[in-house]
Amino acid sequence: MSQVTDAAPPGAAIPPADAPKRMLHFHVLRHDPQDPVSIPHFEVFELEEAPGMTLFIALNEIREKLDPSLAFDFVCRAGICGSCGMVVNGRPGLACRTLTQDLPAEISLAPLPAFELIADLSVNTGKWMRGMSERLETWVHSLGEDVDLTRLEERMDPDLADRIYELDRCIECGCCVAACGTARMREDFVGAVGLNKIARFALDPRDHRTDADFYELVGNDDGVFGCMTLLGCHDVCPKQLPLQTQIAFLRRKMLKAGL
Amino acid sequence: MTTTAPVSVARRLRRWPARLDFLQSATGLALGLFMWVHMIFVATILLGKDAMWTVARMFEGYFIFGRPVYGLVSALVATVATLFVVHAALALRKFPTNYRQYRTYRDHSKEMRHEDTTLWYWQVVTGFALFFMASVHLYIMLTRPDRIGPFESADRVWTDLMWPLYLVMLFAVEFHGGVGLYRLALKWGWFEGDGSDAAGTRRKLRFFKWALTGFFLVLGLLTLAAYMKIGIEHAPFYGQHYVPSAIGATGVAP
Repeated sequence: MSQVTDAAPPGAAIPPADAPKRMLHFHVLRHDPQDPVSIPHFEVFELEEAPGMTLFIALNEIREKLDPSLAFDFVCRAGICGSCGMVVNGRPGLACRTLTQDLPAEISLAPLPAFELIADLSVNTGKWMRGMSERLETWVHSLGEDVDLTRLEERMDPDLADRIYELDRCIECGCCVAACGTARMREDFVGAVGLNKIARFALDPRDHRTDADFYELVGNDDGVFGCMTLLGCHDVCPKQLPLQTQIAFLRRKMLKAGL
Repeated sequence: MTTTAPVSVARRLRRWPARLDFLQSATGLALGLFMWVHMIFVATILLGKDAMWTVARMFEGYFIFGRPVYGLVSALVATVATLFVVHAALALRKFPTNYRQYRTYRDHSKEMRHEDTTLWYWQVVTGFALFFMASVHLYIMLTRPDRIGPFESADRVWTDLMWPLYLVMLFAVEFHGGVGLYRLALKWGWFEGDGSDAAGTRRKLRFFKWALTGFFLVLGLLTLAAYMKIGIEHAPFYGQHYVPSAIGATGVAP
């Protein structure tokens, strides 16, 4: 199982302190949909690059020093909460996990598409994720069992627990949905995040749903059969989830259930 | 009992997405493999007119029945045409259905600069082009199976002016088929083993895809050039059948 360190962003070593510093230009998409006179436009902010600077650090500096009205989301600063997803130079990613040293001096930042825009770089991924979660019933369905909170959980094979945990690392940042050409064209497509969740619950022995039950949820063109294997989801996932393998696994499983 | 019928109908309907997805993949696989095998057979002209003549007669059952049975070729073409129509109909489900969807995908593809996303766009473009180009070729093969041979095909390529269509179709079909087979392998998780090195499998598949597309494009261009050369030389004798050197002393039917 691959282990991902969440504490430090990926990237090359920090350059020496005496290295010449770059001036970075951030082209930020600005828009407030609540303001009737607001027109979407790019606003450019100039900052001097600092060693180890992430986009999260840069955006905070812009907000502190240049424009306090700039809207963007963050909570954990460590790639765990999934709040700071945005489109960086055309590709979705987490601001807190993206080092400016890995980017050119001209950096464009836009909100994640496919989600409701709150303002500037802030989008309502929570609303989309909740809708998807309710639609796909992404929770353990223990049928016919009374809930007894005092009873010990049944033992689980550690390898199986690892496999479930591997998929459970999804932070619902929305990058996979924004990177998916299918989801962009077809709003009802559940995206890799939804398919990954079904694959996760299909593995879980505590979930008593059968493949036929899962087929009812994702055995259609809005579900796994709508996936066109563009694999943008797999390539941008900040948690490096094995989405390519999991969607193929689910497709084979749902084909057997549907034939 | 009035309520059970609608429920069972609904369940039957719900099975169709799986079947349609499978059928799209199965017809695509069959057509993709046929495309490569077809190219190899057609390219036998590069080994000589006799080699191509032998392959053409083989498909007509000449070496079994002692005479060409053109119905066998038409039956094969009809099978391929059926696969083609079914595949096209199923693939249409994935096409952008209006300008908004088209524009969204195109912009997304340009912004992302992501190979597999871009390849899908070109897969749609080439697939759309093949609706027309492959139909022309299939109809001719279906109705004139007797016009397949070193001189017969060369006449069709040059004097019947089919070479511009074949030239464009070569690029469209090799690109579409190559990307399609590559995507098919990823879609169903073929060659992934236990999935521990899915990225490595994808890299290898991508390499083989481009290598095979390059190989078949070169082979196709050389083959087309060969037919054009023969077609130019044979233009004054348009319509004459090829007689293999083992049968006719001159190689040209009297």
